[in-house]
Amino acid sequence: MTTLTGAARTGDTAGRPPATNRNVTGRRRNRWFAQVGWRHLVAVLAVLFSLFPIVFVLSAALNPLGTLSTTELVPTGGVSLGNFGGLFERTAFERWFLNSLLIAGVASFASVFLSALAAYAFSRMRFRGRRVGLLSLLLIQMFPQFLAIVAIYLIFGTITDLWPSIGFNTPWGLLLLYMGGALGVNTWLMKGFFDTLPRELDESATMDGASHAQVFFRIMLPLVAPILAVTGLLAFIGTINEFLMANVFLTSSDSKTLAVGMYGLLQGNERNNNFGIFAAGTLLTAIPTVLVFQLLQRYIVSGLTAGAVKG
Amino acid sequence: MSTPLSGPGSATQAPGRGPVGSRAARDHAPITLTGLAGKVLLLGLTAGVAVWAAFPLIDGRKWAGLALLAATTAALFYLYLTRRHIPAKYLVPGTLFLIAFQVFPVLYTASTAFTNFGDGHRGSKDEAIVAIQSSSVTQVPGSAEYALSIATKGDPSTGPLVFLVTDPATGTVSAGDTDGLRRLDAADVTVAPGGKVTAADGYTVLNFGQASARSKEITDLVVPTAGGALRSSGLSRAYEGKAVRAYEVGCDCVRDTGTGQTWTANDEVGAFVAADGERLTQGWKVNVGLSNFTRVLTDETISGPFLGTLIWNFAFAIGSTGGTFLLGMLIALVLHSPRMRGTNLYRLLLVLPYAMPSFAMLLAWRDMFNADFGLINNLFGLDVDWFGQPWTARFAVILVQLWLGYPYMFLVATGALQAIPRELTEATSVDGASPWQSFRAVTLPLLLVALSPLLISSFAYNFNNFNAIYLTTEGAPFPADNPTNGATDLLITYTYRLAFGGQGAEFGFAAAISLFIFAIVAVVSTVSFRRTRKQEEVYS
Repeated sequence: MTTLTGAARTGDTAGRPPATNRNVTGRRRNRWFAQVGWRHLVAVLAVLFSLFPIVFVLSAALNPLGTLSTTELVPTGGVSLGNFGGLFERTAFERWFLNSLLIAGVASFASVFLSALAAYAFSRMRFRGRRVGLLSLLLIQMFPQFLAIVAIYLIFGTITDLWPSIGFNTPWGLLLLYMGGALGVNTWLMKGFFDTLPRELDESATMDGASHAQVFFRIMLPLVAPILAVTGLLAFIGTINEFLMANVFLTSSDSKTLAVGMYGLLQGNERNNNFGIFAAGTLLTAIPTVLVFQLLQRYIVSGLTAGAVKG
Repeated sequence: MSTPLSGPGSATQAPGRGPVGSRAARDHAPITLTGLAGKVLLLGLTAGVAVWAAFPLIDGRKWAGLALLAATTAALFYLYLTRRHIPAKYLVPGTLFLIAFQVFPVLYTASTAFTNFGDGHRGSKDEAIVAIQSSSVTQVPGSAEYALSIATKGDPSTGPLVFLVTDPATGTVSAGDTDGLRRLDAADVTVAPGGKVTAADGYTVLNFGQASARSKEITDLVVPTAGGALRSSGLSRAYEGKAVRAYEVGCDCVRDTGTGQTWTANDEVGAFVAADGERLTQGWKVNVGLSNFTRVLTDETISGPFLGTLIWNFAFAIGSTGGTFLLGMLIALVLHSPRMRGTNLYRLLLVLPYAMPSFAMLLAWRDMFNADFGLINNLFGLDVDWFGQPWTARFAVILVQLWLGYPYMFLVATGALQAIPRELTEATSVDGASPWQSFRAVTLPLLLVALSPLLISSFAYNFNNFNAIYLTTEGAPFPADNPTNGATDLLITYTYRLAFGGQGAEFGFAAAISLFIFAIVAVVSTVSFRRTRKQEEVYS
């Protein structure tokens, strides 16, 4: 309810300049505008800026003609779901979608697990090379993996010759590659969270005879579950959006991910005609991430301020 | 090559699961059944993967790779069966991947940067000579074309190959191999209309599938003839051409028998070079020292645009990071008021761009800027060729980054603002400070402390934001005289075009530029991290 009144009031202010009324209500309105009203005005402008490209994509997806040249911001020429049908008929969209879900799902799960292991060691154990290890992770994080894309291309050329099932055009090869960047991104963030857990917790468990593995799996992991969820989600979004390496890696239509496949839709002469089905694909791709994102938003705010970056 | 291999095994290794390994103090820790079962299962899986990976290595006689694989597997078994080295149990799984797919490629990149590796310089000198000679068998004007059948006297998949060709003028059929051509008796062969031999006594004619399986051998087969040599052109045509160029050991050069011109081998550039400086396209891979690096600075066709790209790269990274931060913080401040209602709804709508798939939205933005029927021009009644002029294109890509990135800054700024105690700002207003003064003196410094690590990471990310350029302008607009380096190109998209672009791959040069980018990002990040000193606290 509060949200509704908020929005309605903004409409008022935006539509009618408050200075036109010269009576008492007018002055009160003036003061209201000076303190709160302008905030709504700015917020509405920001929302318009945020939403108009999304509205445009929505309108393109519903546009019965399905071309870029006939798409308006608001669909005026009728509404149809034909583009969604066309998407599944004319492309291997469901394959791309499954590939992306598989790769992003496994990659985010595995990378969160690997970094949680490393973060536990960095946070709870003292050993030689700890500081150097932490620093080098930080430095490696500064080197985006894809700068070495030429080398990776050549290395995987050899791998494809030897083991075709983890080479080019396979999801497993790409997964292995994404695993390489797993530690750099999340370990620092997770170590920060492990550090906030009181040491007394695991010390008392050790006293009671728990091994280091039991401390990790039974005590630490459940306590850091929220941050695991958030880093997992960020890794998921990052992997779904990864284009450069996937584009070099996956060339056959059946092995493509959403990013590579949908990029191909807008290539060449078909660019104008395919825009409708491309927009439909965009909306379908967005559904899972937007849903999970809105659910986890609260954790994300706290997680991000602790040092994560959208990758 | 075997490190990647042991990867899959160690990924699922879940090293902590084994309860056996424990610190000396905890040697009495019980061996639980789940722990033991998990350890047996995962080590078994590792062994299985290692065996699976070993066979191709043995087949390919890659003994070094095999040794590395065996050593890695043995080390893994030792690590998870001993009670010592507990930290390593947790660090090794991720580190293995890190070394195989991050550290190793980086080192490989670094070593390629000192060679001329690329199109025309891929293999050894011998390979280059073979390539030069066989590619110089050319179809000279008036040379005869023959209908071709591929045959063998032995097994279709392994026997030595023979070309069966029909002379279009006389209709005579000949069999040819590396020894030369022999005429076949017309009675022994069946010739289909069009001249293709379908059967010949004593020979097995390969069908299309068998022939294409051996297409490389077929392409390589050169049948010497009186006038030159016979080569295949596809699987059903052959032509008689002349090998005009030949390698001569005496002068270590390639001589063109037609013109008499010679190209002498030059081991510094890895190519055959003529007296007038002309090079043959087929060269070989050699070390070129630092010339890839100096080329960036000294070659004028590269250094000029390169400097421009570098400046624009910094401007783009600073503009995107700064712009998103300012806009995000502004909106966070606007919504951060106790009297403000509906903030939840606003927040829900404002962060939508962050949750949308960014690759798709970049492509959608690209088409919104389309000059002919894009939304921006339609909506504002403009007629601007956005990606056609340098400054509009630069403005457009930064605007797109602003749209994509500010919700993220808005989210984190909101979080940081909520963490600042309200008493602080209230105290300043009691002391008579204006809202602006209190923002400058209290809120902004506290926000910057909380967000500066994020801003640095965001800068490093945007500095190499490949998608932002490649999925929108692709570097366009390009100056008329330089199709490799456009006005909106970042170093990373420029490097990508050098390595994978259509104009011939220059892996060595691309690797050199990659190293430049490494250095820049590392220096900028390290310096700024030092200045924030925020990291020091984390070592506690």
